[in-house]
Amino acid sequence: MRPALEATGLGVRYRRSWALRDCSLAVPAGRVAALVGPNGAGKTTLMHAAVGLLRPARGSVRVAGEAAFVAQDKPLYDGFTVAETLAFGRRMNTRWDGDAAADRLARLGIPLDRKAGGLSGGQRAQVAITLALARRPDLLVLDEPLANLDPLARHDVMRAIMAEVAERELTVLLSSHVVSDLEETCDWLVVLNDGRLQVSGDIEDLLAGHLVLTGPADTPSPAGVSVVGESRTGRQAGLLVRGGPVPDPRWRARRASLEELVMGYLRSPASAALPGLAGVGA
Amino acid sequence: MIEFHLDRGSGVATYLQLVHQVRQALRLGELRPGDQLPTAREVVERLAINPNTVLKAYRELEHEGLVEGRPGMGTFVRQGVAGPTLADHTRLRRGLEAWVREARAAGLDQEDLRALFSVVLADASKEGAA
Repeated sequence: MRPALEATGLGVRYRRSWALRDCSLAVPAGRVAALVGPNGAGKTTLMHAAVGLLRPARGSVRVAGEAAFVAQDKPLYDGFTVAETLAFGRRMNTRWDGDAAADRLARLGIPLDRKAGGLSGGQRAQVAITLALARRPDLLVLDEPLANLDPLARHDVMRAIMAEVAERELTVLLSSHVVSDLEETCDWLVVLNDGRLQVSGDIEDLLAGHLVLTGPADTPSPAGVSVVGESRTGRQAGLLVRGGPVPDPRWRARRASLEELVMGYLRSPASAALPGLAGVGA
Repeated sequence: MIEFHLDRGSGVATYLQLVHQVRQALRLGELRPGDQLPTAREVVERLAINPNTVLKAYRELEHEGLVEGRPGMGTFVRQGVAGPTLADHTRLRRGLEAWVREARAAGLDQEDLRALFSVVLADASKEGAA
């Protein structure tokens, strides 16, 4: 099946420095992909390239069908009412499902006659996502959709996105700083670090394929697995490894959490877990 | 209809939590043959989880023979899947309540009760297997 989003050797340069280097990934259709990485890792750049807001210097990025993008600053005109914002969207787009948008807003209890500037942060996020969904995209790209929202609003936004994914074949790419926000909602993980792709894969497969090992600090690194990252503090050593099992009884093994997996890779920028890479590790 | 909930701190995989809740509801007679499970959309709109998680739970329940998917209609509890009847439940529960009162009167605390119950349960299943 054709991936919903595919990048091949993608490179993006701002003036002299590379914001994204040699990035190749494919997100299958119908997935909810989490895009994580520290500030300046290239997350927004990758999103902008995916939706055609900037032209790559190298390689290519392709979306199967239509993409809709919701920028982090939730670009609504404060002086427009919600109804005016919808009317504007209808005029600006050839593919437009105004009824679905009106339905969504009614269900969310967002008043159409309210000015965008008078809405709460959660309501603004919902209106911005409603506008993007009204374009009936195949790929919905959300830059930090949960930033600056209180826990209730975060939950409401994720509920709305998940419902849309359940309804039809929609692929979602969303970035966040907070891995725990993504735990229950995302099934694909993309980790960017300093402009390079470190991880791209199915979250369940990734979690099943990694172990956290703890043991005495002088225990030699286990054979037969790739060490993603390690920390040795005092008498104890902790490793994140790919592969397993580990027969050496001095190592106690357990499954990695999503957070441990992400942090393990981010702390070891030379490690990568990418499809098609046999050997992995620092 | 069953209303799912999530215990995010439990460490139990989300799809398994859904599976357990359906099994539990069947045991307690809250779900009966022919009852429909909520659609994936209804579940995710309530819990904010990935729809594939719900589908995975339903596949597992289908695999166990507890529910069946009817194309275009939804997922239903299968005919012939029946735990003890509600009347049995009520009767057994009364008996258990009386036993708990008696045990408390004898000075057993919550943990003693649990330990005793699990031991008897384990012995009974051993005898059943022999």
